[in-house]
Amino acid sequence: MTFPILSIIVFTPLVAGMLILLFPAERKTEVRVTALAAATFALFLSGWVYVQYLINNLTGYQFQEYVDWLPALGIGYHVGVDGMSTPLVLLTGVVMFTGVLISWGIEDRPREFFAFLFILAGGVFGVFVSLDLFQLFFFYEIAVFPMYLLIAIWGWVKTREYAAMKLTLYLFVGSVVSLVGALAMYWTSGMHTFDMLQLERAGFTPEFQRIWFLPVFLGFAVLGGIWPFHNWSPDGHVAAPTAVSMFHAGVLMKLGAFAALRVGIMLLPEGAKYWSWLIMAFAAIAVVYGAFIAFVQTDFKYMVGFSSVSHMGLVMLGFSTLNSQGLLGSGVQMFSHGVMTALFFAVVGMIYDRAHTREIPELGGMAKVMPFAAIGFIIGGLVSMGMPGFSGFVAEFPIFMGVWHVQPWVAIVASISIVITAAYIMRNIRDVFFRPMPEHLEGHIHDVNVLDKIAIVLLCLLMVGLGMIPSLMVPMVQSGVDNILRLLGGA
Amino acid sequence: MDFLNTNLLSLILFSPVAAALIIFFLPKDELKLIRWTALISSLVPFVLSLVLWFRFDPNKTGFQFEEQYIWYKAIGSSLHLGVDGLSLTMVLLTTLLTPLAILASFTISEKVKAYMMLFLFLETGMLGVFLALDLLIFFVFWEIGLVPMYFLINQWGSANRNYASLKFMIYTMGGSLGLLLATQMLGVAFGTYDLTRLFDLWPSAQALTNIPPWLTISTIKTIAFWAFVIAFAVKVPLWPFHTWLPDAHTEAPTAGSMILAGVLLKLGAYGFLRLVLPLYPEQAKYFAGALAFLATAAIVFGAFGSYGQTDFKRLVAYSSVNHMGFVVLGIAAAAAASGTTDAHIALNGAILQMFNHGLSAAGMFFLVGVIYERTHTRNLNDFGGLFPLVPVYGGILIFTSMASLGLPGLNGFVSEFLVVRGAWPILTTYTAISMLGLLFTGAYILKGIKQVLHGPLNEHWAHGEHKLTEINTREIIVMAPLMALILVIGVWPAWILDVINRAVVALF
Amino acid sequence: MTAYNSTMILAILPEILLLVLGVLVLLFDVVWKGEKRRALGWLTAGGTALISIVTLLIGRPGEPQSVFGGMLRFDWLGFAFKQIFLLGAIATALFMMDIEKLSRRGQAYALLLTATLGMSLMASAADLVMLYLAIETTSIPLYVLAGFLLDDDRSAEAGFKYLLFGAMTSAVLLYGFSLLYGFTGTTSLTSFVGSLPLALGLVFLIVVGLGFKISAVPFHFWAPDTYEGSPTPVAGFLSTASKAAGFAVLLRLFLTAFPQFVEQWAAVLAVLATVTMTVGNLLALAQKNIKRLLAYSSIAHAGYILIGVVAASKLGVASVIFYLIAYLLTNLAAFGIAAAFGRAAGSDEIASYAGLSRRSPGLAFAMLVAFLSLAGMPPFGGFIAKVLVFTAAVETGWVWLAVVGVVNSIIGLYYYLTVLKVVYLYRMEGENEEQYPIPLTRPYALALTTLSIAILVIGVLFAPWFDSASLAALNLF
Repeated sequence: MTFPILSIIVFTPLVAGMLILLFPAERKTEVRVTALAAATFALFLSGWVYVQYLINNLTGYQFQEYVDWLPALGIGYHVGVDGMSTPLVLLTGVVMFTGVLISWGIEDRPREFFAFLFILAGGVFGVFVSLDLFQLFFFYEIAVFPMYLLIAIWGWVKTREYAAMKLTLYLFVGSVVSLVGALAMYWTSGMHTFDMLQLERAGFTPEFQRIWFLPVFLGFAVLGGIWPFHNWSPDGHVAAPTAVSMFHAGVLMKLGAFAALRVGIMLLPEGAKYWSWLIMAFAAIAVVYGAFIAFVQTDFKYMVGFSSVSHMGLVMLGFSTLNSQGLLGSGVQMFSHGVMTALFFAVVGMIYDRAHTREIPELGGMAKVMPFAAIGFIIGGLVSMGMPGFSGFVAEFPIFMGVWHVQPWVAIVASISIVITAAYIMRNIRDVFFRPMPEHLEGHIHDVNVLDKIAIVLLCLLMVGLGMIPSLMVPMVQSGVDNILRLLGGA
Repeated sequence: MDFLNTNLLSLILFSPVAAALIIFFLPKDELKLIRWTALISSLVPFVLSLVLWFRFDPNKTGFQFEEQYIWYKAIGSSLHLGVDGLSLTMVLLTTLLTPLAILASFTISEKVKAYMMLFLFLETGMLGVFLALDLLIFFVFWEIGLVPMYFLINQWGSANRNYASLKFMIYTMGGSLGLLLATQMLGVAFGTYDLTRLFDLWPSAQALTNIPPWLTISTIKTIAFWAFVIAFAVKVPLWPFHTWLPDAHTEAPTAGSMILAGVLLKLGAYGFLRLVLPLYPEQAKYFAGALAFLATAAIVFGAFGSYGQTDFKRLVAYSSVNHMGFVVLGIAAAAAASGTTDAHIALNGAILQMFNHGLSAAGMFFLVGVIYERTHTRNLNDFGGLFPLVPVYGGILIFTSMASLGLPGLNGFVSEFLVVRGAWPILTTYTAISMLGLLFTGAYILKGIKQVLHGPLNEHWAHGEHKLTEINTREIIVMAPLMALILVIGVWPAWILDVINRAVVALF
Repeated sequence: MTAYNSTMILAILPEILLLVLGVLVLLFDVVWKGEKRRALGWLTAGGTALISIVTLLIGRPGEPQSVFGGMLRFDWLGFAFKQIFLLGAIATALFMMDIEKLSRRGQAYALLLTATLGMSLMASAADLVMLYLAIETTSIPLYVLAGFLLDDDRSAEAGFKYLLFGAMTSAVLLYGFSLLYGFTGTTSLTSFVGSLPLALGLVFLIVVGLGFKISAVPFHFWAPDTYEGSPTPVAGFLSTASKAAGFAVLLRLFLTAFPQFVEQWAAVLAVLATVTMTVGNLLALAQKNIKRLLAYSSIAHAGYILIGVVAASKLGVASVIFYLIAYLLTNLAAFGIAAAFGRAAGSDEIASYAGLSRRSPGLAFAMLVAFLSLAGMPPFGGFIAKVLVFTAAVETGWVWLAVVGVVNSIIGLYYYLTVLKVVYLYRMEGENEEQYPIPLTRPYALALTTLSIAILVIGVLFAPWFDSASLAALNLF
């Protein structure tokens, strides 16, 4: 038997979360150290998987493990990663690690905080490595519910109750809608298995696929923040504490997109072809609309939140092209946006912790006192703008190419978002970081600590590295895309 | 030596980045160490490009020293580098100006480390554009150069820097949006971004997949043509896309202005030559009149604008609009009658004008910077009669101004003459109007000299703590190579024109 | 009739042992004095646990067979349900141990054991007379337990209300049974042969009778008041074991007696399920008292379970059994927490739960587990249980019913989260919560820890339980 590395990745945070709960409440330092150790371990393992996949030029589903779970119903514990999910596993490791670093200073019940955060992380890992439909739902829900508590307990006092409830209900509705679709697939296939690798070959009739594609895809896409079901996301982002926003925008939204891809498009390719125009329309609206709304925000965090809607719209846009470039771009964009937005929220959190406001008009001059945070935000901003040389470009460019293949006009319309994004990002960099600091903040702002710096540097390196050398990720994602294209072509 | 030959271009391209990384690990407070490291390491690409210059075989057509590396295989883009006579001159200009600009920035004392790193990044960005033989790589470097420039203006500029830097950024990004889209369209249509292939495929393309049936191929090409033109016109800048320039130049730190005027503007003109003319010969010919109109407008309005300034730096900034107009005029002429001798002459002039303007504009901005550092004002009315106080500075200023004015015997004359000579038979009216513009060039330059050096002495600068000091050795060292080249090209332009001419004949 | 053989003894082994245990409890009630009598709870719980283990070891059925002249069936279905009841009794006994006026009274434990005995018989009864007797054996002790706190008006009211409703529905059920006997000419459970309207009439009567047991709408009115008034552990027992017994009968009766009318009665039950889920959930939204909330939630859960019955397939029955196991663990935990909290804080208002996560992180976490399981979130038992009933519904074509269930579980999530919000988010007004810890006595700690872990285990490693449930389900087809 091979070394069950994926299972270890999945269960590291879950077990660590449980262990942390067993600590006495007042041993805060021990809790943090344990959390950091577990996160480092998970990061190391996910990095190892990534590197293995990359340097060995692997294709297809690797590191597979299979254990019967409920054989009577064909449910198995089946994990494995392909070119699409490997970057996301790494992303989760990175966000988890940096999230712990950023949250070091949480004083209110850190034990519960880290425990819930880790359960969330375990769920996320679980979804990304799932090759079994039931298992995917299982972990999907595990990833969703800790969000409620994390936001409701440690979130921003003004909106946390509302935002947490809204978020949870939206996501739950989405997932159960998909679940019904998944059950329909299970019974219709007649194969009595939830294994996705087998369901891929089920040969559903086109009619069936057309009926069920939309519920399944959109049900998951809710978590991906697809317009018009994006409403929960900015509220959720804003209300959440920093590390949770990082997780939420950085990883959870990818979860939705990923599941929509894996279950919606890969299992129901005919349905995807039939409805791709609608998804493309939704996505294009999200891209432009998100950018515009972000442009008019005065709350720093809302701005970042809506920018996520816009960027996740690009992911969906890439999906909707159903061609090589578009899917490739989406795959890279999921990673790139994850890192970028995690960094954004980390910086926003650092600023809020110090200035106690997120109103952009009330901020200023942060670059002088927090140069590291400023550099981080700027690099994130450049990624967000799709500046060449950074990962955002590597991701967005193929998406647009893919759209050109299908609907040139959509590419042109969606490209408006690039300029708007550039405008609001540059404006905010100017306002928050470079203009003179307002008097009431003078002397109250201190620099970020060394843990924050480590987090910022790590995230920045990923974005720049990927931007400069796309081959660090592209061949891998390409192999995943080839598999999807095979399914799309074969059906 | 083989290694050097096969990797020369990437060495030139990436040695500034390597230098920047070295600087990153230097201690923040060792200002001297940082400055000297930056200067010396910026000489590396210069020396390498000299090597390149001498090893370059002007008799060969096509690109030399080609290198190709995998970059983004999945979408058909690779890191493809190569030089011909056209890019070679630009590379030389860039690697020459960067050390000078760094030397000129020795007075910067705030955040020196970041400053020097950004400068070196900027150099790589510019070089990348000149060396790229892949449309996507071209675009990548095209945009990447913006970032360090933005921060150079934003962080080390003068009072209105926030506004100016943002305007610079948004203008250029907005301008390149069309370029981005057109680039994507080309890439999607042909599955490759390699310029050597696109040159063959695109101008002769008769049909494209995935365009709506009611659009003809020529409409598409026209739209794409304008998308390219606008992107480059913003950068050149052509009237009416020039309004970012006076702000950016004026607010930028001295060295930033030097590079901005000396090299960055050339990127736009280079784009016309490298991409627009070869990719869109028919559209370029068709719209040559329009281009010439814009060029003429730039020349005339640039001159007028310049004359109206009371800020010394703005005056020089507008002069760039004026001078770059000639470059575009030459290009327009070449587009209108490509293949003819007149066209070749005009192009020779345009390319040489790019080089020359790089020298003189960099020199002028530096000289403005020299006096600004001493007086902390750029208002022309605050100066007057300074010649006796600073005779050496005055001499240098007059010399450089004369080059800019187009005095025979100095470089500006050669290139402007060639442009006018080439363009006259092709675009007579526009050229004639441009000649009038040239008149005003003389006027504003003389006005500048007069206001600063001549007339009644402003006593404020003669005594006491405000006493104006003479230009120092470091500053003379910055100016010396520029002046030498200005003179050499003015007297004996053949050495560089030969290279340019062969490239022009081969290309167009 | 042949002589008694070992199979017959094995078939009623749990019942025999329960009887013995009940007698023992009453005996020690006399022997032990004062504080020592608290140990009666340990005796009951331990004894029941022992019964469970013993029957698991030696009392397992083989091929299904009728014993005692067809009075009882000795099969996996009955066996599985008996284990469920025993489990409920153990937990309830532990929870009763620290309720004043309950814990030191041997009668309470004896009544509990008697009710459990009745349920066991319900689960395996294969004869109408036997069945009716079993139901009454179950009900009467429960009436008493519900009204056990005589000096508490609400408890008395709870017992009385329960009694009235129970007696009435019991009469209707008896009427149904007698008709069934009249038409078939035998009291043993066999396939009913007759016209459709007649069958539907019978179905209706039986549904009324059992609807009361499982607290399906519109026979649910007793539940909230009874739960609120009766001692909390008893309410927990009522909502779990008693409900499970109802389902045991429902399954056996409908699938044995009316298999050929499955389409008709499934439709009736589908409507009942829809109404039960929806009404239960909607009314739960407005509740301010934790026990009333749990009452309505348990009504809603009856609706979910009915979905599995509606499916009327092997998977359906298996899912019902699995659901009942998961639900029993979860709801017992929920009521146990309510009992522990109510005992310490003296209030069952949801608002008084504010600050619980600081007063007692452990109790709060147990509540998190229980409520998320009720809401149907993985990795807890409630999730897989819901998935299974929905899967069964989709399998047999009841997609719309599955959708109704899904929509309802969303409503459910809302109010469960609302409670958790109070627990985790709200704080005691102007107080330092840490000065008001909630002490957990050993029985509670033991029961709650075990239940929480069990909820998790059944939610993650569900295959063995599901396989057992499937085995039991096979007996009906």
